[in-house]
Amino acid sequence: MSGVDSAQPVLRLQNITKRFGPVTANEAVTFDLAKGEVIALLGENGAGKTTLMNILFGQYTADEGQVSVFGKPLPPGNPRAALDAGVGMVHQHFTLAGNLTVWENIVLGAQPLHAPRLRAGAAKAKIRALSEEFQLKVDPDAKISALTVGERQRVEILKALYRDARILILDEPTAVLTPQETDALFATLRKAIDLGLSIVFISHKLHEVMAISNRVLVLRHGKLVAERATLDTDRAELSALMVGAETSAPELSRATPGAPLLSLAQLSTPPIGTAPGLRKIDLTLRAGQITGLAGVSGNGQAALSDLISGLVSPQSGTFEIAGSPVTGWTPRTAIAQGIARIPEDRHKTGTIADFDLTENTILETYATQFSKRGWMNWRGAKAHAEALIKTYDVRCSGPDARIRLLSGGNMQKLILGRVLENAPRIILANQPVRGLDIGAVNYVHGRLAAARDAGAAVLLISEDLDEIMRLSDVIHVISDGRLSPEFARGTMQPEQLGVWMAGDGFEGENHAA
Amino acid sequence: MELFEILTSAAFWAAAIRIASPLIFATMGELICERAGVLNLGIEGIMVAGAFAGWIAVWAGMPLWGGVSVAFMVGMGLGGIHSILSVPFGLSQHVVGIGLTLLATSATFYTYRVMLPEVSTPPKIDAFQPFPIPILSDIPFFGPALFQQTALTYLAFILVGVVSFTLYRTPLGLAVRAAGESPAAVAAQGLSVTAIRMGAVMVGSGCMAVGGAFLTMSAFDSFFFDMVNGRGWICIALVVFGAWRPGKALFGAILFAAFDALQIRLQQTGIGAVVPYQVFLMMPYILSILALIAMSRRAEVPAALMVPFNKGER
Amino acid sequence: MRLEPIANPSLTRRLTLPALAIVATIVIASLLALIAGGNPFAVLGQIIIGAFGSKFALLETLNRATPLIFTGLAIAVAFRAKLWNIGAEAQLYAGAVMVAVLGTGALQLPAPLLLTIMALAAMMAGAFLLLVPALLKTRLGVDEVVTTLLFNFIFLLFVSYLLEGPLKDPMGMGWPKSAHLIPEARLPRIVDGLRLHWGFALALIAAVVVWVIDAKTTLGFEMRAVGQNAEAARFAGIPVTKVILKTALLSGGLAALAGFSEVAGLKGSLTLDLSPGFGYTGIVVAMLALLHPLGVVVAALFVAAIFVGADSMSRAIGVPSYLADIMLATALLFMVLAILLTKFRVRRD
Repeated sequence: MSGVDSAQPVLRLQNITKRFGPVTANEAVTFDLAKGEVIALLGENGAGKTTLMNILFGQYTADEGQVSVFGKPLPPGNPRAALDAGVGMVHQHFTLAGNLTVWENIVLGAQPLHAPRLRAGAAKAKIRALSEEFQLKVDPDAKISALTVGERQRVEILKALYRDARILILDEPTAVLTPQETDALFATLRKAIDLGLSIVFISHKLHEVMAISNRVLVLRHGKLVAERATLDTDRAELSALMVGAETSAPELSRATPGAPLLSLAQLSTPPIGTAPGLRKIDLTLRAGQITGLAGVSGNGQAALSDLISGLVSPQSGTFEIAGSPVTGWTPRTAIAQGIARIPEDRHKTGTIADFDLTENTILETYATQFSKRGWMNWRGAKAHAEALIKTYDVRCSGPDARIRLLSGGNMQKLILGRVLENAPRIILANQPVRGLDIGAVNYVHGRLAAARDAGAAVLLISEDLDEIMRLSDVIHVISDGRLSPEFARGTMQPEQLGVWMAGDGFEGENHAA
Repeated sequence: MELFEILTSAAFWAAAIRIASPLIFATMGELICERAGVLNLGIEGIMVAGAFAGWIAVWAGMPLWGGVSVAFMVGMGLGGIHSILSVPFGLSQHVVGIGLTLLATSATFYTYRVMLPEVSTPPKIDAFQPFPIPILSDIPFFGPALFQQTALTYLAFILVGVVSFTLYRTPLGLAVRAAGESPAAVAAQGLSVTAIRMGAVMVGSGCMAVGGAFLTMSAFDSFFFDMVNGRGWICIALVVFGAWRPGKALFGAILFAAFDALQIRLQQTGIGAVVPYQVFLMMPYILSILALIAMSRRAEVPAALMVPFNKGER
Repeated sequence: MRLEPIANPSLTRRLTLPALAIVATIVIASLLALIAGGNPFAVLGQIIIGAFGSKFALLETLNRATPLIFTGLAIAVAFRAKLWNIGAEAQLYAGAVMVAVLGTGALQLPAPLLLTIMALAAMMAGAFLLLVPALLKTRLGVDEVVTTLLFNFIFLLFVSYLLEGPLKDPMGMGWPKSAHLIPEARLPRIVDGLRLHWGFALALIAAVVVWVIDAKTTLGFEMRAVGQNAEAARFAGIPVTKVILKTALLSGGLAALAGFSEVAGLKGSLTLDLSPGFGYTGIVVAMLALLHPLGVVVAALFVAAIFVGADSMSRAIGVPSYLADIMLATALLFMVLAILLTKFRVRRD
């Protein structure tokens, strides 16, 4: 990397401490960022990275400590201060208004609210110039909802650059990108460094950290536990530092695939909003096998998940479970057919926040197992919930606790228990470990692997290519509603899958690039 | 053909514009609130309060425009109550709105009884008089229809222009629209979602109150308990009908008012002798429901309408 | 400021905050009474005496509470499932119309049979009236708040038409009212000589029935699940649309029973001023009861007491009885805020 000027820190965090009630989210975090430097902030989910950034951007006030930018302390609790001082943030969950145009999203907040007119022409010209300079191609007049995930991220970066950010903070920027898009992002970041910007790169992907950073800071349980020059460390050491030798990933045995349990042939579904539906896909899930579905989000994963969940019926094509065609397809029939469904969003779809654990446990089975002629069997339900809490190691105050009080990992364990207790034939796991800490990740993966070994057919949908490649016996790639052929474990490199993710693998079809 | 005669008379359209005016004020007010992400069901009560406040201020000796200002301020105040409960505290906008309508209505009636304990018929004020605009009012048909209205009606039309310009052409309007689409995007750019939404609700509520004041200060010259009579709810339907756009909402309000003016006139024709008058009186409400049904699949609802925003939360 | 969930709110917190909401309401009412020239203590005292001070006052309060229990239950049931039924007023009149149609001589049956038929017909009419907005919501996504509100105006005009047309009392001297009910169509008094009819008992039974449905049946579980999170309910296989429609039928039916009980129990004929806004006040009742069916009974008694007491106070002291409406609206707003603050802590950062 070029031109690190460590004599002059552009960003300094001093002794930042933040507590939420009994929980300490950040404890005495201190670091400097030099001009032209790339710092990787490495840490698991729940390590306190997001809280730290919320403090930097004035959304939270630190209990102790101070942030300075270019030598000047930032007033706490003022969201504008960091932006005005030249710090720009690229959020992991994009903060864009879908119904507005690119330029409107970028200009928002950049002109004073009392200004008499929006200067649209000047704004678009500046955006075009920045696009050119940083190789961030995007049409300023396009509506956000019409953009791909990669394009949306470019808008996020442009938002920061438009306000003349000198320090860029990127929160898990590659989580949603194809390998090729990640390369393009890195090219943009290198360009930014050449132009004298400084970067904080938040991630838990070690190879990327190694590729882009000068220095690595490891955050664990809210504390900075290690600092390494990137040249002096390696992935093994960083991994150990990040996780702290607590748990290990489950060992996968060899798969022994059995009969096809779910097969789709030439199947299509209607689009969901701006996301595509399925377009004539062929897919077979076999007993005793984990099928991984790779792809950039918004390419038809939701359509496939909704189909298998019973929320959507096929528009055309055949849909068979264990050899017999499905009819009257609803969530109830899906459950009755032995499909375990782990939804993408456990807060919105998987659980009812203000229901207690008992009620959440029986959401799918109250009609068949915990009631008689319309009368609830609450005693049985509670006993069931208690047993499940024990079996699946759900940490909670008891079956009467509201589920909103549980951590993501414990919530996911409860959902796992809810669906796995019924000995399912088919398991749909949509982003099952998103946002979980490493212990919970390993737990969920272990359970899925065990279910596979017990003979279930598992469909694992994830945007995390590493997760897909680590766990899957066979892999499909989904892109714009189309499904790639089946690739056996170990036959494809990430870059090759990336070609399919970008939609460039579908040769011989009308939409081939 | 009677219908043809009615529809081509300038007097009919002048009446339609007059009927539309309070709806335009209140619809713009509701539109501002909803574009920022807040459904304001306090509208009915705010209109009642505005109608009373403007009228009583003039009755107490203030000039007409002073009365309009008082109505606007009262609306802002009531909007302030709504916005504190619905924005930073994020309470159900349904419950807060209904509660505010009950509060504003009963407080108005209470104040009326306290201030005018003895009267059986409410006093009259010298209301806004038609103000023909020179030259324009002489144009055949359009002159009498459009340009011989009261100053408050002209203000209603100016308001549509101001709202439209502000929403689409100024940084403030962009911030308001973004707050209704994606509060997280607004917060990420260093703006306060709370301030933007509260401001929008207060200004919008002020406009609603002026819509109410139009009834007592321009359409009539006195205050009656049931004079707003569901107009607020109709305006909520008009916002939907107008697809949350000021121009379309204006068109909807005039169209709606034209139907209302038409039913009043039809009551005096041969049809009115056969059909019960209640059927005519139902028409505005039925039309509103039909408008909602017609737009149900098409309208682009602000994505964050009725979604509270708690910063730092994802 | 920011709201932070409280894991296990203490009992003190859960009791103090709602109590503070009531205190704040009383403080505001006192100030308003002062403005109107009344001594706050005299005003509040007279409200209490007017509501509970005599056998007559107490019975008046119970009578006034009866329709409020029904509309409060109707709204509690609907709001629990997040079906925003603001149309209880129209549903009440729909029930009343059925009573006026069937009970004025069209059906000559023994009292128990006739009353049962009238009650069922009333419930069906009210249920139908809410089914339309519910279907518009589930089929077309039309917001039911506005449609149910507008239905109130439409239906009241329809009642006005009926009372001047088909249902007009030939002996009414031109006054828009229906004929008197036949004796078999009247709800008898619970105790002879006391002005309290069986409608009150029916309201209590309805509250218990709704509570049982809510706590013990799959329908109750489904309604709560749909109300709390329709997306998760749909995902889990709960038939969301069906549940919303069932909720609408139940809610509309309950509201219509208010009309049934008012006409058959209290008034004996249908007029346009049958309800002074019981449908809207039911919203306050339901919210003060935190949407709990048994709480509705308590809240309805409280609300009725304020209305009855304020009427009496107004006659005695001259402070306008609209003070009661202000107190209820204020209590509603303070109460929803208080309930929120039992679950969340306000943090400044």
